[in-house]
Amino acid sequence: MFRFLLTKLAMIIPTFIGVTIASFAFIRLLPGDPILLMAGERGVTPERREELEAIMGFDRPLWEQYLGFLGDLLQGDLGVSIVTKQPVLEEFLGRFPATVELSVIAIIFAVAIGLPAGVIAAVRRGSIFDHTVMGCSLTGYSMPIFWWGLLLIILFSGILEWTPVSGRISFLYFFEPVTGFMLIDSLLSGQSGAFKSAVSHLILPAVVLGTIPLAVIARQTRSSMLEVLSEDYVRTARAKGLPPIRVVGVHALRNALITVVTVIGLQVGVLLAGAILTETIFAWPGIGKWMIDSISRRDYPSVQGGLLMIASIVMIVNLLVDLTYGLINPAIRHEG
Amino acid sequence: MKARLVAAAAIALFATTAQAKTLIFCSEGSPEGFTPSLYTAGTTFDASSRQIYNRLAEFEIGTTKIIPGLAESWDVSSDGLVYTFNLRKGVKFHSTKNFTPSRDFNADDVLFSFERQFSKSHPYHMVSGGAYEYFNGMSMPDLIKKIEKVDDFTVRFTLNRPEAPMIANLAMDFASIHSAEYAEKMATAGTMDDFDQNPVGTGPFKLVAYQKDAFIRYQAHPEYFRGKAAIDDLVFAITPDASVRYQKLKAGECHVMPYPNPADIEAMRTDPKVNLLSQEGLNVGYLAYNAKMAPFDNPKVRKALNMAINKEAIIDAVFQGAGKVAKNPIPPTIWSYNEATKDDGYDPAASRAALDAEGVKGLKMKIWAMPVQRPYNPNARRMAELIQADFAKVGVEAEIVSYEWGEYLKRSKATDRDGAVLLGWTGDNGDPDNFLAVLLGCDGVGGSNRAQWCHKPFEDLIQKAKVVSDPAERTRLYEQAQIEFKKQAPWATIAHSVVFKPIRKEVTGFKIDPFGGHSFYGVDLK
Repeated sequence: MFRFLLTKLAMIIPTFIGVTIASFAFIRLLPGDPILLMAGERGVTPERREELEAIMGFDRPLWEQYLGFLGDLLQGDLGVSIVTKQPVLEEFLGRFPATVELSVIAIIFAVAIGLPAGVIAAVRRGSIFDHTVMGCSLTGYSMPIFWWGLLLIILFSGILEWTPVSGRISFLYFFEPVTGFMLIDSLLSGQSGAFKSAVSHLILPAVVLGTIPLAVIARQTRSSMLEVLSEDYVRTARAKGLPPIRVVGVHALRNALITVVTVIGLQVGVLLAGAILTETIFAWPGIGKWMIDSISRRDYPSVQGGLLMIASIVMIVNLLVDLTYGLINPAIRHEG
Repeated sequence: MKARLVAAAAIALFATTAQAKTLIFCSEGSPEGFTPSLYTAGTTFDASSRQIYNRLAEFEIGTTKIIPGLAESWDVSSDGLVYTFNLRKGVKFHSTKNFTPSRDFNADDVLFSFERQFSKSHPYHMVSGGAYEYFNGMSMPDLIKKIEKVDDFTVRFTLNRPEAPMIANLAMDFASIHSAEYAEKMATAGTMDDFDQNPVGTGPFKLVAYQKDAFIRYQAHPEYFRGKAAIDDLVFAITPDASVRYQKLKAGECHVMPYPNPADIEAMRTDPKVNLLSQEGLNVGYLAYNAKMAPFDNPKVRKALNMAINKEAIIDAVFQGAGKVAKNPIPPTIWSYNEATKDDGYDPAASRAALDAEGVKGLKMKIWAMPVQRPYNPNARRMAELIQADFAKVGVEAEIVSYEWGEYLKRSKATDRDGAVLLGWTGDNGDPDNFLAVLLGCDGVGGSNRAQWCHKPFEDLIQKAKVVSDPAERTRLYEQAQIEFKKQAPWATIAHSVVFKPIRKEVTGFKIDPFGGHSFYGVDLK
């Protein structure tokens, strides 16, 4: 297992270096530059432009800027935003818990509904339930997030008045963040009703963000289960007279889970992409909205730092998924 | 039983907070920081200068009229070079969790606020990056010779040249006054970087808490020199999407919202919970010809093309009614707007005849369409298409081009630019000079004067208006300048936008700011 872990870790290093180059180059390859955007219609004189370039460090050759970025990175410094003048790491970490909270609840929602729905659809293949689940998941997968979010807001917040429109908690409650996770902070605050308010604010964005992963998980679970259910060992298990729940739950599902876990791991990237739109609609103060703003302002340090952090997180999650395979199927860790 | 207890506690909590009047503003984005000289986006000014700070002179809320602020009065020397400000006494700075002021506002605070931007050797100059773009953009470093403290309550500005809009410049957000005592305290504690994030001002509200991309909380400043605000607490609920802002307004989760979707305006008009306020914006959208390139160097050709453009159709299609046809290069909300000028009316037949008379046949040209949405032009591509179709009717073949926004701004400045550029301007200080000199003055050729138009009679008028301090004389000069502009037609003036501001019915005293900002002093809840 230790060797397996070491091999996986060794593969991460070149990927990480590649990511530093990609994140540094990406924003600089886009047309437009931050000084012109900052100046807007007013414009900036060539002398002032030179001064600003020197202040922001853009007067140095690109390779020197990259090495500077890499050097700072090794010391845990992602640089300073040229818009807010605040450390990028601080800006990122200040918003990251909100995205994690939303993504975790969204994936829990997606797994909690998608997995059983997929299993039942596979077991009752061809039934009305199967057709309904597959039809709904296809619709869910094709749903534009922006439209879906607004539709839910208009229905549940506007017409039915069941949930708040947006934000993380009602403005009746106010406390200093401790962990950055509103569900935990609202409990820690001891303010009556704060936790309930935080939960009610989380429902719609989590449903919207979780819709596509839910659809993917349900479809993937169904097809893996169908494959496994036709295997000889499942037939043998059935022939032994094992109860159907045991056959499906232990023999079939455990093997079908390998592909499902892979899909859940891949959904981390989907969640982060979906978070950009979901956070914008629901005024959720996470990293998605921050990245979009940073890109449109050509805030080089924020974009390169943010991309690097996001890519690192996706790499870590994928590593954890690889390790989980090992737990589900010991044959994989031996091969590794 | 437990549920009842929770409900009772919630009601009790609400009852205590209900006694305090809280106004919620669904703002469109996060401020970049809280120092208006450094962070100059409109969203930032809403969160900083308009609530937290005051300036020596200020704009009366809802107008472009200049009123005394932290200066009770001022004198201007007869040569227009020396401005002496008499400061207000007894003005209190905010007490915050970081700072308790030991003295009232005085001349040291004025000196600190300007010298930080002005002097490169000032200890705070480079704190938070040192980019004072408005101070530089308004040419303050060239304009100001020195700033002196005469006594604790008198400050003297000496200029290098007369500048009639100087007081209007000092009423702009970048000229907000900070506490020198607070700055010193932060410097002593080695926490200068926090100065721009934890603001202390003299304004009607003090900052209590800010969570990025989530909310900003303010409390009324109890010792505000104009009297405490009618509301006790002010909350900015940061809500980037316009449709969601409207849903929040409808649900009572906010009281005032900026920048509604044009598509929602009709629904807002008939919404029983909403008052829809509107006012013409302090802006102008235009199509600038290149007056240095033939045949656009001929005013008759420019006027002929202007007659080909159906501006009413543009107002309907591009602004969806939220705009007004522009005839002058300054908006009607600015003093000296000349009502008497006559626009080049839509007349394709006359346009074609005028082009023929000038020998212009089979003209091919480019129309530059901005890639972004701006208040003065919500959809430049659509506008360009309409103009293209209008030009086709008079035998002019137009090709639409566009570039990334930064590139667009850069390339459109070139004096040998091929084609006419769609662009616009939003006023900074309500002074006609801020439009006419910046956008049409000879100094701006190759820069902000996209028409590359330098016309001596016009230039003489605006240069004279810069140095005359008598408002009536300045008005006359600018009115004359607008007549010259219409004769020469370096631009097709297209539109001034109309700003809509939906507020809940229970909100009273809210006024639309012609500069596009949002001030909550004087606002109350029924």
